[in-house]
Amino acid sequence: MQTEEHLLPETSTEVHVQGCQADEYEMVYHKPSTLVDVNMHYCPGCAHSLAHKLLMEVVEEMDIQDKTIGIAPVGCSVFAYDYMNIDMQEAAHGRAAAVATAVKRLMPEKYVFTYQGDGDLAAIGIAETLHAVNRGENILIVFLNNAVYGMTSGQMAPTTLPGMKTTTSPDGRDTGFYGAPIKVAELMAVLPGAYYVTRQTVHNSNAVRKTKKALQNALNYQKLKKGTCFVEIIGNCPSNWKMTPTESSKFIEEEMVKAFPVGDIKVPKVEKL
Amino acid sequence: MTEAKLMKGNEALAEAAILAGCDAYFGYPITPQSEVLEYLAREMPKHNRLVMQAESEIASINMVYGAAGAGFRSMTSSSSPGISLMQEGISYLAGAELPCLIVNVNRAGPGLGTIQPGQGDYFQSVKGGGHGDYKMIVLAPASVQEMADFVFLGFDLADKYRNPVLILSDGAIGQMMEKVVFQPYTNPKVDKSSWATTGKLKTRERNFVTSLFIQPERMEVHNLKLEAKFKQIRENEVRFEEINTADAEYIFVAYGLSARICQKAMDIAREKGIKIGLFRPICLYPYPYKRLEELAPQVKFMLSVELNSGQMVEDVQLAVKGKVPVKFYGKMGGLLPTPEEIVNELEKLIANHHAN
Repeated sequence: MQTEEHLLPETSTEVHVQGCQADEYEMVYHKPSTLVDVNMHYCPGCAHSLAHKLLMEVVEEMDIQDKTIGIAPVGCSVFAYDYMNIDMQEAAHGRAAAVATAVKRLMPEKYVFTYQGDGDLAAIGIAETLHAVNRGENILIVFLNNAVYGMTSGQMAPTTLPGMKTTTSPDGRDTGFYGAPIKVAELMAVLPGAYYVTRQTVHNSNAVRKTKKALQNALNYQKLKKGTCFVEIIGNCPSNWKMTPTESSKFIEEEMVKAFPVGDIKVPKVEKL
Repeated sequence: MTEAKLMKGNEALAEAAILAGCDAYFGYPITPQSEVLEYLAREMPKHNRLVMQAESEIASINMVYGAAGAGFRSMTSSSSPGISLMQEGISYLAGAELPCLIVNVNRAGPGLGTIQPGQGDYFQSVKGGGHGDYKMIVLAPASVQEMADFVFLGFDLADKYRNPVLILSDGAIGQMMEKVVFQPYTNPKVDKSSWATTGKLKTRERNFVTSLFIQPERMEVHNLKLEAKFKQIRENEVRFEEINTADAEYIFVAYGLSARICQKAMDIAREKGIKIGLFRPICLYPYPYKRLEELAPQVKFMLSVELNSGQMVEDVQLAVKGKVPVKFYGKMGGLLPTPEEIVNELEKLIANHHAN
């Protein structure tokens, strides 16, 4: 028996319009070939899927799929290698920067990035991250900061906002007890090995364009072998913030960017891309 | 390169790593094995190899993971507390089936312990020190020569089985100077292109290195695959040495440094007319259970001599299946027993055995 699913076109890129030839239309958008054509496990409104797509769009546009190696973290984006159609390694929790260090040092002509969340990078992996940046490893670190542990369902992270309620700070983060959220990008920027440090968001279309530009810059800068590029992306986590996706974007605009100001923190002066 | 050289165990091991074509070494200083990092920091760049002092043993082992995952021959070394820090990474390496060589120059513990030789890391090494079901091939050198030889063997076994290999040495074997001859290493490089992350070519699917299998059914398949590999290792890679076991009424079972001391004790005891032999496991995993069981009926007892409170003795007991008594003599805290002390213990045990 034929089900409704079988009646759908097999691939989403095929266009059939009665009376028109498909090639009369200009292709204005397509899923990058560097993304695997599967459904992602991310929640509705989650920033990861968008950040994955932007990163993979840049890899496609630069035509470096065969030269790019990604390192996935432990956290919500632990399955990044299920979605990114490139060679990848799944690192132990927090150790992506150490793994990436070896990969890049042994294959200096490849493009190497880590993709990590705030628990992975800013808590358990802060030592590996800090030392990799201090050594000026020629890698891109994509840091998705959504202020909570996502995969373990919403515990307090080093970047949780003061007063923000999480499952392990049910009365709100007490900065007297746990300290203030770590501004990781600013922390990295003071290290001499950091070459390009920026903080962006993906909560509206303008922000998405800027984030993509930041990722383009970072991967292009990697050719120069001048140091670490660090792109922090403030990400929506509606599920663990107990909000709708729209509310989560509003939360970013009104609260997150106050603690984590958006914009370039360290920009190379001389080189033009 | 076939002339004999006088070298420290740690330095012989480091030189062998270069000869074996080790592409990358990552390490962190810790006594009594810092010479490995120092030697390679000086020598590896001359051969265009990568050597890095990491910020911790945790970083070292994860750098090894990255290098091995990209298909490079890589290694790290440390001593007991540092090896403890690496256990998570070793579990990931085994889970992701990445070949590499890890060296533990065992010091006495627990905790920060002391820097003198010990064999207290036996259980950690052979029973799976990290989480989950995995095993490493464990090689136990008893001389500076074996410190070098086992690097060649270790890298080859790691590649053959796509599994981490551990050289379990100790502070004495690492620090002492002895004659060593480096045999030329000519084995061809293993092709790792089917799984190593070197950049996805259009002609192949993407390669990814992972130990994550979220669906339990998939996890079971992976674990069964690993277990089949460990079974193959148990069948093919048992290694041991026997001295004077043919007519032995008693057998010392000892590995590494303890075996060296027992060899001397055996000579002294033999001069006194005691028919004692030495059984030295060279691979601690897989363990030579079968051969020990075969030897059991001919002896009155076996005596496991170790630099710990009694760890390998449990494997000897498992091997002989109660057919003969298994005794234990150990010394801890970085102290070594003299051959005479061991002979005294042996004579006491023999007297007790006849009294009962």
